[in-house]
Amino acid sequence: MEGLIAALGAGPALELLALSPPGWGGNLLRGLANSIQIALGAFGLGLLIGTLGAYGKLYGGPVTRDLLAVYTTVVRAVPELILILILYFAVTDAVNQTLVSFGYDRVQVSGIAAGIAVLGIVQGAYATEVLRGAILAVPAGQIEAARAMGMPPVMLARRITLPAMLSFAIPGLANLWLIATKDTALLAVVGFGELTLETKQAAGATKAYFTFFMAAGILYLAVSLVSGRIFGRIEAWARRGEPNVGGGGR
Amino acid sequence: MKAYLVPHRVVMIALAVGLVIWCAVSMRWDWLPQYAPLMLEGIWRTIWILVVTVVLGMALAIPLGLAQAVGPWYLAGPARLFCTVIRGTPLLLQLWLLYYGLGSLFPQFPWIRQSELWPYLRQAWPYAVLALTLSFAGYEGEIMRGAFKGVPRGQLEAAKAMGMPRFTTLRRIWLPQAVQRALPTLGGETVLQLKATPLVATITVMDIYAVSSRVRQDTFIIYEPLLLLAVVYMVITGIIVLAFRQLEKRVPAQVV
Repeated sequence: MEGLIAALGAGPALELLALSPPGWGGNLLRGLANSIQIALGAFGLGLLIGTLGAYGKLYGGPVTRDLLAVYTTVVRAVPELILILILYFAVTDAVNQTLVSFGYDRVQVSGIAAGIAVLGIVQGAYATEVLRGAILAVPAGQIEAARAMGMPPVMLARRITLPAMLSFAIPGLANLWLIATKDTALLAVVGFGELTLETKQAAGATKAYFTFFMAAGILYLAVSLVSGRIFGRIEAWARRGEPNVGGGGR
Repeated sequence: MKAYLVPHRVVMIALAVGLVIWCAVSMRWDWLPQYAPLMLEGIWRTIWILVVTVVLGMALAIPLGLAQAVGPWYLAGPARLFCTVIRGTPLLLQLWLLYYGLGSLFPQFPWIRQSELWPYLRQAWPYAVLALTLSFAGYEGEIMRGAFKGVPRGQLEAAKAMGMPRFTTLRRIWLPQAVQRALPTLGGETVLQLKATPLVATITVMDIYAVSSRVRQDTFIIYEPLLLLAVVYMVITGIIVLAFRQLEKRVPAQVV
């Protein structure tokens, strides 16, 4: 095995990727952990905003609807990188000005919190559209039946709308999750130590650009392949009990 | 026009106009005349990169989609792998891999340094165009695969029955119908591509985003350049959406 590695000339590359300090593998994995943490947080926040937004767009008053239309249009038309910068500066400023006005000292907003907030707002706009479409796909008769039984709105959402729309929403949400994992790379531009930035630093320090960028690429690819599997499982679970429509009677 | 004359919308539009006027009056715009030529140049470069990468990427996506849809396994496999890798890794990483990786590899070979291409290979934009083209081809190749598969078999069988050569079938029947199917998503993909262009600023290409960063660094004004930048991108997005709407209108309706 070692002879094979040496024959391929991969020995130095593996040494560079070792987990303990002379190698940079540990830094990459720490960056990956940060990336996944932010992606999870942003995806969760996006789901929350998306659910509220979808309900607002479908059942809200005219003003709510128009405001939500402006939100989703603007977020989808402006590059994420610029939104990240604007929101990053604006969120930091807003937090500090609130703190100062209450007589506290200024604080440095942590990179993780800012990253989650910013990407969450971006994800929220896309999630609003995905969930709105999914809620519309729920047969209207089921919702009307629940109303006719006198179910209060929150219980209706919890028991009927949300479970029934899940199978329609999962493919879109899986796509959003992949976008979230890849968008974390943009935080490298504002100097947050996620996988891409750690990779660039490691590559810059050792001049082994190909080794590190390839390694990071494999890590990202592994994340997307594994999450594809997981979402496949979740979709099968969300579709349990549904008749197989696309099967054509087979 | 009538849809905008509802009372709550009139109030909201008035508020928005008020906000814009407030921005114009109370924020600092004195840097604008000095940087205007640079910004126009940046906008031009952004649009140029967008158009070139969309056209080249589309040209690459057609064989990719065709290979995945009907190709033999030795073509379909690599095409699928390419699309998976491109779609599974962040564009920023691909861009940096090409720019720093290839950029550090090329100078080691004397024959590259002596070649005619070397003046271009030393600049950043070829790497930006390459990375964005490959990325667009990866996403669009997947869409074209579905579009090629979606063309009804009867159309192709009819062409075959008429004795049409395979390439003519592709050119006259298969490709036009596939592109027609892909057209609605193509508009969305072009907007996504526009939103990916500011990444090229990280490898020193002076697009509109890089110009606004420079204004920020030179003058320490934070919000104004960013807001202007957001408006510029929104205008370009609007133009793309309108252009594709016109294009879709001109293409005849879906053949069933």
